[in-house]
Amino acid sequence: MRNVLRRREAGIALALLVVIGVTTAVQPGFLLSAGGWRDLLLTPAILVVLAVGQAVVVITRNVDLSVGSVLGLTAYLTGRLFLAAPDLPILVVALVAVAAGALLGLINGAIVAFARVPALVITLGTLYVYRGVTLTWAGSDRIDAGDMPRTFLGLGTRQVLGVPVLTIVGAVVLLAVAYYLHTSRGGRQLYATGSDPDAAALQGLPVRRRLLGAFALGGALAGLAGVMFAARYGTVSSGAGLGMELQVVGAVVVGGVAIFGGSGTVAGAALGAMLLLTINRALPVVGIPDFWQRAVVGVLIIGAIALDRVLANRRSRRLAAARDTDPPATTPPGDAPPGTGPDDREEATA
Amino acid sequence: MPNAAPTLRLDGVAKSFGPVAALRSGTLVVQAGSIHALVGENGAGKSTLVKIVGGVHRRDAGVVELDGAPVDFAGPAEAKAAGVAVIHQEPASFPDLTVTENIFLGREPLGRLRRIDRRAMREGARDLFRELGVDLDPDRPAEGLSIADQQIVEIAKAISLDARLLVMDEPTAALSAVEVRRLFAVARGLRDAGRAVVFISHRLDEVADLCDTVTVMRDGAHVSTDAVADVTPDELVRRMVGRDVAELYPKVPSTPGEVALRVEGLESTGTFHDVSFEVRAGEIVGLAGLVGAGRSEIARAVFGIDRYDAGRVTVGGRTLRPGDPAAAIAAGLALVPEDRRLQGLVTESSVVRNVSSVARRRLARLGILVPDAEARLARDWSGRLAVKAGALDALATTMSGGNQQKVVLAKWLATGPKVLMVDEPTRGIDVGTKAEVHRLLSTLAAEGLAVLMISSELPEVLGMADRVLVVREGRIAVELSRAEATPEAVMRAATPGATRSDAATEGAA
Repeated sequence: MRNVLRRREAGIALALLVVIGVTTAVQPGFLLSAGGWRDLLLTPAILVVLAVGQAVVVITRNVDLSVGSVLGLTAYLTGRLFLAAPDLPILVVALVAVAAGALLGLINGAIVAFARVPALVITLGTLYVYRGVTLTWAGSDRIDAGDMPRTFLGLGTRQVLGVPVLTIVGAVVLLAVAYYLHTSRGGRQLYATGSDPDAAALQGLPVRRRLLGAFALGGALAGLAGVMFAARYGTVSSGAGLGMELQVVGAVVVGGVAIFGGSGTVAGAALGAMLLLTINRALPVVGIPDFWQRAVVGVLIIGAIALDRVLANRRSRRLAAARDTDPPATTPPGDAPPGTGPDDREEATA
Repeated sequence: MPNAAPTLRLDGVAKSFGPVAALRSGTLVVQAGSIHALVGENGAGKSTLVKIVGGVHRRDAGVVELDGAPVDFAGPAEAKAAGVAVIHQEPASFPDLTVTENIFLGREPLGRLRRIDRRAMREGARDLFRELGVDLDPDRPAEGLSIADQQIVEIAKAISLDARLLVMDEPTAALSAVEVRRLFAVARGLRDAGRAVVFISHRLDEVADLCDTVTVMRDGAHVSTDAVADVTPDELVRRMVGRDVAELYPKVPSTPGEVALRVEGLESTGTFHDVSFEVRAGEIVGLAGLVGAGRSEIARAVFGIDRYDAGRVTVGGRTLRPGDPAAAIAAGLALVPEDRRLQGLVTESSVVRNVSSVARRRLARLGILVPDAEARLARDWSGRLAVKAGALDALATTMSGGNQQKVVLAKWLATGPKVLMVDEPTRGIDVGTKAEVHRLLSTLAAEGLAVLMISSELPEVLGMADRVLVVREGRIAVELSRAEATPEAVMRAATPGATRSDAATEGAA
């Protein structure tokens, strides 16, 4: 299985390279300039963090549509914290925002785990609720660059050894979550829960705890994304992160995380996020009209699902074929050892 | 042994689901170093009892003791922690995880920093498979495993728990004879190591072969507990049913008529090859063979669920389009699938809805379903098949396996088929219902229906079929008439050499 998935991630990476290559051929500055290189790495950073969180939730056969609203709320919270206490260390502010995101995620998870209502419906509800909270709180007010410390805003654009800080944050998040999923019992249980929730309960897995954990992690990462959003753009209005949830789900699906749970990797989701945003930036460069730019993203999502289907079918067929190509019997039939022939089992079934 | 507290003691355990009392008075005493059989008809409360022991359900009343100490499990995890391993009737594996991960899920061996030690885990799985004598790739995903292999994964899982009490709820229903032998060897090994084993099976020959004590349950209550040597199978059946089973295989003679189903040169890469046969009206043709030989796949392809690479299927002279079940149904073909819970029923739907689900098209007026017609149809067929359901609007999921199977049969018979294909029609069904299903099939054949019956139970095939086709590794190895079809002849044709039947040594373990 791992091989197929690897191939899958390699496929997305390849697509990404092709997009970059073609666009660079048309306009070398897309990659081969300081600004181009920076944009390439910086633009997807926020979406990567969101996609990693979403992937964990989707692996458990759930979905969190409220991440855009959580991002908006925590981004605004970040700004307000700096306004209220300009001397607060950046790390503390970030941690508060992450904790707030985790709490919002936990609320989602609690409703899903205990009320047993589909996550799609719950998080659609909290999408509006959380956005409503932000709207009420912010009104028409907005946070401007001047409201936040210069060092914080600097993080949004600064680079270390040619790599933007936000990109480094995204990479660290990705590695940490990937490591957890692959090497811990909890991580494997997330996959199991998504693969067959009923069987997971029958096995005595702590299904509720895993769900709460997945949603809390998704929320926390959305909170982190909120902080990154504030640092990157400098202004936060009540509409920050609007519609982002669909982009995230798109990225996760393109990245090969099965929407019905149980399979996929966060690395795939992160690559999916990079691919989506890079294509978005590449299409105008190569001169594709506006309409087609959106259509291409749609085609990509549908194509990814179709590809999943084909791969899954091919895999099932291969596994079925493997069942029959076991080395056949060498002893001729009718030669079963006396007394141990399989037939004595069949006698006298009452 | 007798003076020590028994490993497991249940007394007067009761459990109800809403108004339905699944278990009224469960009583069971299992000693360490013993293999204890639990038998009874479906719906007798065995599985409920097992689920209480395994922590899946919580009892309403009664006593459960492990080694003399009262226990009350809040969940399966607690039961596991207390040393109770349960193999449930329906294997529940995680298709996306590898076989190894399935076995060790939740208790993976940990290495440095509490990280999963994958190498140790794989080695553990290999050791288990070696012990069980099966050749299963520990790294393959559980997806696509046959039911038998899934069952083996469950068994490996249960054994690896090293439990003091192992409960197996019909573990052999899907296993081949050789696999059963391996399993028995393992169970005997556990017994000799002082563990207690509870074994649930409908196959009384297995009970006699493996177990030392047998407890009979009926209608949710304890009937009797005896040493296996002290009771005859006939006596057990009498106690299970509460009456004499008239005749398990009521074969009504009938004269075959026109060819109803003709299959020519059916071929599917990696699954089956060059399959040709015909079934005449009024005839029951048995499709025998080992589990995994490709019988179900042939039926699925004939019905049009799976595509095939070459060949032709004709029903009543009409050639069916491959891969089109709707056309097959319209031509008069019906398939009662192997896995009724997964493929045969909408378990969250009512009996009425289930029965009418295929025939529904004909019940509609101007495209709108007439509810009365639906209920009437369901009532007719449920009545004819004696479906025991609280009401026709009861959910299928609340019914016993036997009754579920009747509902699936009713559903297909309601379409008025010319050819009925049944895949393991009586798997996991109690003795009484089994006889009813057999009588029904026999009657239908006498009325002119062509029946193709797939069964792993040899007595069933031999008792019911006019002709027997034996499938071996995806090919029809031989065709036997009713007179030629002896257990030996069928098994010889079905067994691919003596491959894995080097189980001779295990027999004495």
